[in-house]
Amino acid sequence: MSADSKFGDYGGQYVPEALMPAIEELTDAYERYVLDNEDGFMDEFRDRLRDFGGRPLPLQRADQLSARYDREVYLKREDLLHGGAHKLNNALGQVLLAKYMGKERIIAETGAGQHGTATAMAAAHLDMPCEIYMGKTDIARQRPNVFRMRTNGAEVTPVTAGRGTLKEAISETMRDWATTVEDTHYVIGSVVGPAPFPAMVRDFQAVISEEAREQIQEKAGRLPDAVLACAGGGSNTMGTFAHFVDDEDVGLYAVEAGGSSLSVDEESGVAPNSASLSTGDEGVLHGARTKILQDADGQIMESHSISAGLDYAGVGPELAHLVDTGRVEAVNVDDDAALEAFHRLSQDEGVIPALETAHAFGYLEKNYSELGDVVVVNVSGRGDKDLETVIEETMERDLSIAPDMSVFREVGGGAL
Amino acid sequence: MSLADAFADGPAFVPYLAAGDPDYESSIEYVEALARGGADVIELGLPFSEPIAEGPTIQEAVVRSLEGGMTPSRFFEFVEELDVDVPLVCMTYYNLIYQYGDEEGPRPFVEKSAEVGIEGFVVPDLPAEESGPLREACDEFGLDLVFIVAPTTKGERLERMREQVSGYVYVQARLGTTGARDDVSDQTDESLARLTDWDVPKAVGFGIKTGEHAERIVSAGADGIIVGSALVDIVAAGHENDEPTGAVADRLEAKARELKQGALRGAGEEARVE
Repeated sequence: MSADSKFGDYGGQYVPEALMPAIEELTDAYERYVLDNEDGFMDEFRDRLRDFGGRPLPLQRADQLSARYDREVYLKREDLLHGGAHKLNNALGQVLLAKYMGKERIIAETGAGQHGTATAMAAAHLDMPCEIYMGKTDIARQRPNVFRMRTNGAEVTPVTAGRGTLKEAISETMRDWATTVEDTHYVIGSVVGPAPFPAMVRDFQAVISEEAREQIQEKAGRLPDAVLACAGGGSNTMGTFAHFVDDEDVGLYAVEAGGSSLSVDEESGVAPNSASLSTGDEGVLHGARTKILQDADGQIMESHSISAGLDYAGVGPELAHLVDTGRVEAVNVDDDAALEAFHRLSQDEGVIPALETAHAFGYLEKNYSELGDVVVVNVSGRGDKDLETVIEETMERDLSIAPDMSVFREVGGGAL
Repeated sequence: MSLADAFADGPAFVPYLAAGDPDYESSIEYVEALARGGADVIELGLPFSEPIAEGPTIQEAVVRSLEGGMTPSRFFEFVEELDVDVPLVCMTYYNLIYQYGDEEGPRPFVEKSAEVGIEGFVVPDLPAEESGPLREACDEFGLDLVFIVAPTTKGERLERMREQVSGYVYVQARLGTTGARDDVSDQTDESLARLTDWDVPKAVGFGIKTGEHAERIVSAGADGIIVGSALVDIVAAGHENDEPTGAVADRLEAKARELKQGALRGAGEEARVE
């Protein structure tokens, strides 16, 4: 792991001047505490991941899926991390780092609510005041997570600009940070943003692949042929890939949200997908040069996914670089395939995945024959938070695999 | 006239408006009204969809302008159509500069800017560390690159900016985003004190709203004042109340005059003290 601010042409620090000293201070703290384990920071981080987070997490053989696809399929169970998603690895790392840096307040933004929830939990655990910015659209579709944040004592501030999703929430959090930068740490929720965030978040999430690499060798006696992870901003993707990047025989697949279509409506400025690795162009957004969904003029497009957690117009710069250099394959599946995969994993394995995660299983369903004999899929989070969306979206479709929805139709409601 | 020349005859008044707010035609009149009211340099915003350095006032102006169809190409037409006799600075975010034209990088945008008569740039999300390619293109076409010095900018970073800045330096009066305030920050004096030996004019912005603010800032040693949100507020109110463009333009001109007069008073006080 290194503290490079650039990954090929990607990365960098494109932020308002007022934030640059904070970025420098953070870079210094990252190098000292995370990379050099000064004051035993990483030891404390790992202790807390174990005792508070519940690590290590299992790598489970998926028996039904293995039989269905006639190959060994393993699930890395990040859904079993405290809070129900991989997000806690990063949130705990950053809140602890903020504490080591002497900061007094935590702010964060959230899309699906998982990062906000994880940050609120970490802040409560480490006794730090915490404010979470969340788009109004996302608040409406992720109510249980909003309530969890509030329960953990965090302020949740709705963002009404634009379409009210993650993109707007990030801009708003940056504005707060520009005002309060001297005593506040901004816990960015993915491998995005100005350096050192992409490298630092990757390092906190790399525990996923560190464990998975060791576990698969114990269980399968070899490295996998393929590793799959869903990709929005890319934090679980980079965490799942990090320790496999040097294993060149291991295929790495970043599964993006193809939404309802990969085509783009330039006129209305809307991309009906969130597939910035597959369809985006190089540009500068939220502090980094990376692949983004933008129109010909460089205005950022509204993205779309059935999964709020993938609904973002950008992606981590390191992931963009790994795709450009051919080390990672960027693939995507649409909303329908993700929803089907949600039901399949729930029925076949008894694991209710987040809609983000379901994209990775949607890709597995369609392309398993090309993935080799041993496949690891990261279950990035559990699906409880998505149940309202799943009910609504399932009722709108005729899915052979879905459970009988008539009970909901009879009572005439979609809300849990 | 170059940017530095605009500061040569006493304190400069540097207003900002988002080009195309709330619509193309009205916006032309508004910018021209600022020139009549005494603007020495005009900062014209080319709206970007994610204006992370802006507060709510300018953020909403950006939305109005984008919804009205403003694009980089329209922006250049806008500049060509303006009938003003003061230097113009383009204030925008780096992605728009980077994406313009067929060639990758900032050069085509700078070339086109020079062609339509823009004198320089302010790019809030481009710190000195990332500004090399834009600085190079500006040098090639003889344009200035203005940097924003924040209250938090110190030490080596300050030196790096000093080496790269040209035209004038934009002194951010307080932490946070843009927006009109009811008082003047004490941070302004400290920020100006750090820049006394810089050989570019020092223009202070962020939060200036009244003639008194302008007077106070100039008497503290600023070579100019930058005012955005207080002017955008007038445009927004005119738009919301469906007022005739001429009436809004008159109010902008009067506000410009108030701010310019305040700046002049500030310089007069400074002269008496000396």
